[in-house]
Amino acid sequence: MAEPSSNPLRQPLPDGVVPESAVARTEKRWVITMVTMLAIMMLVIVATGLADALHPASNVEVVDPRTLHLAGEFVESNLGTAIEPDGSATVRLVAVQYDFVPNCVQVPVNTPVKFRLTSADVVHGFLLPDTNVNTMVVPGFVAEVRTRFAQTGEYEMPCHEFCGLGHHAMWTRVRVVPVAQFPTEAPQQRTSCAEQ
Amino acid sequence: MLNSRRLALFHCWVAFGAFLPAVLLGAWQMLMRSPLPAPLDDPGAYYASVTLHGTVMAYVITTFFAMGFGYAVAATSLGRPLRGAAAAWAGFVICLVGTAMAAATVVAGKASVLYTFYPPLLASPWYYLGAFLLVAGSMVWVVLMVVNMVGWKRDNPERPVPLAMFAITATALLWAWAAAGVEIELVGILLPRAFGWSDLIDAGLGRTLFSVTLHAIVYFWLMPAYIAFYTLVPQAAGGRLYSDTMGRLTFIMFLVFSLPVGMHHLFADPEHGSGFKFLQSFLTFLIALPTLLTVFSITASLEIAGRHRGGRGLLGWIATLPWEEPMVLAVALSLVMLGFGGFGGLINMSYAMNMMIHNTSWVTAHFHLIFGGAVVIMYFAIAYEMWPRITGKPLRSKALARWQLWLWFWGMLITTIPWHIAGLMGQPRRIAIFDYSLPLVARMASLVNISVIGGFILLVSAILLITVLVRSHFGERSVTEPLRYALAVNPPRQVPASLNGFALWNAIVLVLMIVAYGYPIGQFFFLKSHSAPAVEVTSQSAAAGVQ
Repeated sequence: MAEPSSNPLRQPLPDGVVPESAVARTEKRWVITMVTMLAIMMLVIVATGLADALHPASNVEVVDPRTLHLAGEFVESNLGTAIEPDGSATVRLVAVQYDFVPNCVQVPVNTPVKFRLTSADVVHGFLLPDTNVNTMVVPGFVAEVRTRFAQTGEYEMPCHEFCGLGHHAMWTRVRVVPVAQFPTEAPQQRTSCAEQ
Repeated sequence: MLNSRRLALFHCWVAFGAFLPAVLLGAWQMLMRSPLPAPLDDPGAYYASVTLHGTVMAYVITTFFAMGFGYAVAATSLGRPLRGAAAAWAGFVICLVGTAMAAATVVAGKASVLYTFYPPLLASPWYYLGAFLLVAGSMVWVVLMVVNMVGWKRDNPERPVPLAMFAITATALLWAWAAAGVEIELVGILLPRAFGWSDLIDAGLGRTLFSVTLHAIVYFWLMPAYIAFYTLVPQAAGGRLYSDTMGRLTFIMFLVFSLPVGMHHLFADPEHGSGFKFLQSFLTFLIALPTLLTVFSITASLEIAGRHRGGRGLLGWIATLPWEEPMVLAVALSLVMLGFGGFGGLINMSYAMNMMIHNTSWVTAHFHLIFGGAVVIMYFAIAYEMWPRITGKPLRSKALARWQLWLWFWGMLITTIPWHIAGLMGQPRRIAIFDYSLPLVARMASLVNISVIGGFILLVSAILLITVLVRSHFGERSVTEPLRYALAVNPPRQVPASLNGFALWNAIVLVLMIVAYGYPIGQFFFLKSHSAPAVEVTSQSAAAGVQ
């Protein structure tokens, strides 16, 4: 700032130090390069979106959060894991401050699993680390996500959206068990590993 | 800097004055969620702190900084006094009152809803009112930027609007569009419920309205940094701007492309179908264009400077750049962080891949790199450039300023690289206390500890920033050079009307917003009953969750 202006480096460069045509040429090349880059990336996104089992909950099903406990799909007796006639599993969960109901879920390994979740109060989140299961749980809507567990074991499951001052305590479990160990009750039966 | 000196100085001091405590809160939060012992070990305080950290960083600092910088740019780039200085001061006071109101409510523990609000959680009405005043007050600035640009155009019909002024007006218009989402959410949903005039809260609608703001606001934060890239960096390096036209196109693209894309924050939400999510995912990719264009133009501008200074060969010009200038050092560090952060952003904006990292620490790492890193480091550099011009006193000292920039850079990398990894391992965001005895959490412990070190380096850097700025106030008055903007290599003599104004682009934004958001917002008025009762965040005790 205080340098003397006799310093040649401080002398302003003349106009047109790079000819206009050269600027235009290089910019054109760069535009082609970046459009190609983005087109390739977009293609990857579309391909992975269509081909891989990475489908966010986009089902747009409404449910009245005030009457969940009274009637319909999310009454307490219908929560937990249900085995469908085709052998797949459907897990229904209700998120509340600060727990999932039921707070431990049991599913068979190597079986298509469909999670259906909703909230009885505020916004929650549902994340199974190391799987493709990751969704918001918004009151008034049913979030449906599908997965398939390749290995048995226990997954810790945090609520991943701030839901109030006890948010950090909202951890539950998904237990993946061998198909043979999975209780084969009547279709009406709902199972979980929650402690009563 | 004519009548804008004091305006710029006051706005920037509010911004940086709020910055230091907000960084301190951030450092404490990192300690809280780590396995290390933390003072004041209380989850309730943690969520209040996250709310304050987010509110101050996202709304207060950015808004005040953009306003102060805008007033300085308007006066210096147009070379005449700012029109409407009295209104500007009124806006400043409204914003300040709003800030104080919101901050006091959070500190009192009555608004721990985070800066993203998360309805149907409900905070004290004073928090929402404070946030609303802050945003509404900044609209005075938006109007003044437009008034000053239009007034200058009328008086100078033959000349193109200087790039810096064109760009800051684009920033103001973008903010007006972006803020509409949060303002409608506040006025239409949160304030009526908080004051007890309404009953239920439509969480889906609230989230969707906020998403209108949530992405474009990032570009509102970013654009002052880009204005520095285009108009201050080439000047500080002793070169010329490679292309004025590309600068104009960049800011127009930011205005147009950063708005109809907010739904990529809602990919994992069940209240929207895959069609609009995919559409907005696609549109989000387009905002990579102005950034890629900028990286090219700025690198080319720096190359011109480096070669002028005697640099030879393919890369020899890099070494000859004046690295002792904080502005030149900052742009390099900023672009590196932008590169890392941008890579993460490409994952976030991908409809499918986002599922792997949604709401994990990966996302926290991403926006800290982009905003806390690439953008904020340019705010520092702009302050170092502006301070001497405003106060007439030289920076004390450039060496200390360089230390501050380097520490911020390393602090940010050490903080965010472990966060990226922990996020991939499934570490959720916004959690006050982790149980490190859980197997899933235990394997993240060392990563979390490393990031805490980064957090404290950032704190040291923030203290240095304030030290440099305060010390500079106590120097000898010896600088008389005004703020100068880089000239283009081929200065534009005349530019088409579309590159010299925003009427056309505002119309395009309107059409795009109707296409991208018309149905996603409109659907809530036709869906069957899905609203939920509000849940007051103040009425629950923290202990209730820890059974």
